[in-house]
Amino acid sequence: MTARIPDPIEAGLQRGWRVIDASRLEHDRTLEADVVIVGSGAGGGISAEILARSGLSVIVVEEGPLKSSRDFRMREADAYPALYQESAARKTHDKAINILQGRAVGGSTTVNWTSSFRAPESTLAWWRRHHALSLATPDELAPWFAMAERRTGVVDWLVDPNQNNDALRRGAARLGIPTAAIRRNVQGCWNLGYCGMGCPTNAKQSMLVTTIPAALDHGATLVTRARAERLVLRGQQVEEVVCRALDGAGVLPSGRLLRLRARHVVVAGGAINTPALLLRSDAPDPSGQLGKRTFLHPTVISAAFYEKRIEGWSGAPQSIYSDHFLATDPIDGPIGYKLETPPLHPLLLATTMSGFGEQHATAMRDFAHLGGMIALLRDGFHEDSPGGVVRLRGDGMGELDYPLNDYLWDGARRALLSMAEIQFAAGARTVQPAHEKAGRYRSWAEARREIAALPQRAHVTRVVSAHVMGGCAMGGDERRGVVDPAGRYRGLANLSVHDGSLFPTSLGANPQLTIYAITARLASGLASHLTGRPAAALA
Amino acid sequence: MAYTRDMATLLRPSRRTFLAVGGLAALALGAGGAWYRATRIDATHRFALDGEARAALHAIAPAILDGALAHDPGRRERQLASAIDAVEAAIRGLPQATQHEVQDLFGLLALRPARRLLTGVPTGWESADIRQVSAFLQAWRVHRLELMRSAYGALHDLVLGAWYAQPASWDAIGYPGPPRGLA
Repeated sequence: MTARIPDPIEAGLQRGWRVIDASRLEHDRTLEADVVIVGSGAGGGISAEILARSGLSVIVVEEGPLKSSRDFRMREADAYPALYQESAARKTHDKAINILQGRAVGGSTTVNWTSSFRAPESTLAWWRRHHALSLATPDELAPWFAMAERRTGVVDWLVDPNQNNDALRRGAARLGIPTAAIRRNVQGCWNLGYCGMGCPTNAKQSMLVTTIPAALDHGATLVTRARAERLVLRGQQVEEVVCRALDGAGVLPSGRLLRLRARHVVVAGGAINTPALLLRSDAPDPSGQLGKRTFLHPTVISAAFYEKRIEGWSGAPQSIYSDHFLATDPIDGPIGYKLETPPLHPLLLATTMSGFGEQHATAMRDFAHLGGMIALLRDGFHEDSPGGVVRLRGDGMGELDYPLNDYLWDGARRALLSMAEIQFAAGARTVQPAHEKAGRYRSWAEARREIAALPQRAHVTRVVSAHVMGGCAMGGDERRGVVDPAGRYRGLANLSVHDGSLFPTSLGANPQLTIYAITARLASGLASHLTGRPAAALA
Repeated sequence: MAYTRDMATLLRPSRRTFLAVGGLAALALGAGGAWYRATRIDATHRFALDGEARAALHAIAPAILDGALAHDPGRRERQLASAIDAVEAAIRGLPQATQHEVQDLFGLLALRPARRLLTGVPTGWESADIRQVSAFLQAWRVHRLELMRSAYGALHDLVLGAWYAQPASWDAIGYPGPPRGLA
């Protein structure tokens, strides 16, 4: 037996943190503060700490529950319904893309795989040139990246990669394709491999164990299991945020309402829920771009079966990457892709693996020998890559309509080929792309021939995403930017957007660290504006 | 009464829907689902899988889990019952709108003419043959209609997700489960 892991949430609650679980409310409530922040993920967490440390009273409202290390039991059956949007089965309108997004205190940072990248220079240059974002330079952002890296414990990961990641390193090396190590936001990581179900040892320096506790220690109020329903607008002002309390399971409204009033409102619900809240509120949309140009890094998957054991469930899930195929063409040419590996756990693997019956069962029996590889397509830089559109469904919930087109399918095909070649070079005996018409190929020659001929279409090619970006694009040009370069929503005087929906294109890298850095800058500007003093830094 | 009225809708193709989605299949999906939903949502809005819809899943799950389920009939039946309960529990964790969509799908499968038309399974679900079920799943999997492919995807993910979420399935795939002590 191991000693009990100290639980910072339990300790904070005992210290007297102000936390309201809205599912337990017996009456409607009205709360007031200087700033209300909708969402407790990457952007909401960073903003909460900076604003609270700067002396402002802050309310953070989160749709998901407050869970902590003692709840993180490393079981998919519990983790997905408790910690993810739509039980980890959120989908685009045509159901062709499965989207992983967190829904708990800490947002996606509570369940992400810890990969920490600074924004690629090529992406920043594009934002500077095409979206009039003068802040988008490595030098301008460097102090904010440094602050965010310090706060979230980003370190070079010096432990050997697990077998799943090593296959990417080894196969790419044999083909002369460069790879590098992924930096991770962990302290004292046990290298278990269950990051996606919430870190059971609090090693992952997510918002759950860093900024949110800091904000609460500085007097902030956290409201959980409450869904921001709409902003009540009067002229150019947001007067209050009306929230619906959810039941204990987080599925149905309980019937209780919360009215949150503040001088300023920060929306940080992620790139589907943020535009949806603004659409439900009939927010002004002078650029006509609200909810548009939403990007996903559409991701395709390749499975390989090796002689030796891979045990992809064990060890840091992402430690090796390759940006080689992001640089083979110009950024606005044929779509490029980043190569990484996913963690492998039974439920996620079984649902991602194509086919059914004996064929599926046979592949699952080889679980221990199975390696996975993913290619994240860098969308949003080409005229044939306009991304998707967030709309409201009949029940008022946001939904992303993201049509997959030939430009993306061309990238998917090339990516499936690249991954199969690397997997065979790493020693795979067979390779099977996640595609309904793909077989289990026995050689690179066979795979190359067959993959080139596979029809690429919705549902037939498996496409997933864990990175939702855009929809409230930041830009210096008011005709194109929903939000100005200070993070202020154009058309409403006291509303800011602080999350991944600010990105005017996809990022071309896992987004958490860039959201931390950009929102740290925006939150500091906001704190200084509201207090008339310089903002406090993150711890 | 509701049944008769919706059957009439089902068998009278609306030109608009026909054009929009390209086939009777999608029309039946909507009508069947609406009927099923109208009769099955109870006062608490909890998703319920019963009657012919449960029988449909009871016939479909063995085809999806073929090769994973035990051969021994008694054990197999217990495994199936627990997998179907797990599917139902998983559906209840989804947003209401998604629960309605899933109900629409099972509503379609529960209607006899729709079952014959869309799945080709000639008998009731209780006596459906696993080969017939596999054949329709195979057809839906790569169907020319997007709606049918997404319906296959829902069945695939619900059944396989529920199955492999259960620790009882892990021995067969060599997964040791999460590290002990912490879990």
